Amino acid sequence: MIALVDYGAGNLTSVRKAFTTLGAQYFTPTTPGECADVSALVVPGVGHFNATAAIDAPWRDAIASAVSRGTPLLGICVGMQWLFEGSDEAPGVPGLGALPGRIHRLEGNAVERLKVPHVGWNALDFEQPARILAGLTSGAQVYFTHSFAAPVTSDCAAATTHANTFASVVERDNIFGVQFHPEKSSDAGLRILRNFLDLVKGQASC
Amino acid sequence: MLTKRIIACLDVRDGQVVKGVQFQELKHAGDPAELSRRYNVEGIDEVVILDITATLERRQALAKTIAAVAHEIFLPLTVGGGIRTEEDADAAVEAGADKVSLNTAALRNPGLITTLANRYGSQAVIVAIDAKRRDDTFAVYVRSGTSDAARDAVAWARQAEEYGAGEILLTSMDRDGTRAGFDCEMTAAVSDAVNIPVIASGGAGTFEHFADVFTDGHADAALAASIFHYAESSVSDLKHYLRDRGIPTRL
Repeated sequence: MIALVDYGAGNLTSVRKAFTTLGAQYFTPTTPGECADVSALVVPGVGHFNATAAIDAPWRDAIASAVSRGTPLLGICVGMQWLFEGSDEAPGVPGLGALPGRIHRLEGNAVERLKVPHVGWNALDFEQPARILAGLTSGAQVYFTHSFAAPVTSDCAAATTHANTFASVVERDNIFGVQFHPEKSSDAGLRILRNFLDLVKGQASC
Repeated sequence: MLTKRIIACLDVRDGQVVKGVQFQELKHAGDPAELSRRYNVEGIDEVVILDITATLERRQALAKTIAAVAHEIFLPLTVGGGIRTEEDADAAVEAGADKVSLNTAALRNPGLITTLANRYGSQAVIVAIDAKRRDDTFAVYVRSGTSDAARDAVAWARQAEEYGAGEILLTSMDRDGTRAGFDCEMTAAVSDAVNIPVIASGGAGTFEHFADVFTDGHADAALAASIFHYAESSVSDLKHYLRDRGIPTRL
């Protein structure tokens, strides 16, 4: 069973719909203890990094402990940003710190009319082979809506450019993150979610 | 590179898609879920459901229609029409909307923009502006275009952004349903005044009109209804046309 972490940041309806369509079994844990025996953890997110403050110390410890035991973790949008050390959007709120680096604000470009927030379909430029991107080719288009983004580090599987280049997909061992919304990215997005579910299944049968 | 979005609008009344000319003379145009399925296959980037009679008849957006469309597509789905309170927005989101579009209610109570932006994030809050040319300015109308709001579209768009709107959906009432082309001048005036994306609406009749609104109109996205509903033009053909003219699209 996959734990869908609901920290009150908006809307899980479309993430639930996508997982249901893909045949995944999931639930929303109500206590940190329920994260102990799950097959995978998903941290979705929309809106402000501040909202992740609701994932308080007991939740963080429970998630970190599951991840250290090898449980796959997928962060979506703000959920991906939360995998890093912290964000300039809410400097007082720590991230999980599972990946090194900090989240910075995107810079627009008035001359080229590149606005922030970055809203719409943009390309994934592959940086290195990644299990989460199986079956996709570099240049695949996915749907973004955000104003802050992660730096390109050694964990970056795909990068995207909007005035500057940022990490749009990260993968390290059992930790995965996507800055865009796979649940709103049509076939390419569903493929990424299916890749994650396949990884979870593979893990469970080991 | 960020692509220019093509958005299909479903004006819905009593669970069916309808389309009028300059907000009048409504005609039947099909089933919302069926049309959404076709648009998704053709490569539409987003879908907007507008419950066009909701403001006048004081009905909430049709949850059943939203759920039926959301079931068909894994694309951003916006719902507007008669969203006046936080509860109305909650009902739309609960039914499967990713964004809500506020029009009359935002002008009457701009605090609602902020309330919903705090609750769902700015990306989930679109402020829809219906405007008509008046001399050299663009006058805002509300209540499905029946009432003069005594506001200027450019100034109102700027304020809406300050209140927390994530996007502006700008409809030219002069052009709506006429297929005479988007009002590029109005779209550029609003787009240049704000930092958030502007969706141009009203007047799409040819592929060239889309190219014009992305270049001369500085639009981030273009929304159309009639041109797609009657299967005269496919979304895919439109996107290829735009790409051939150097306008980036998702293919």
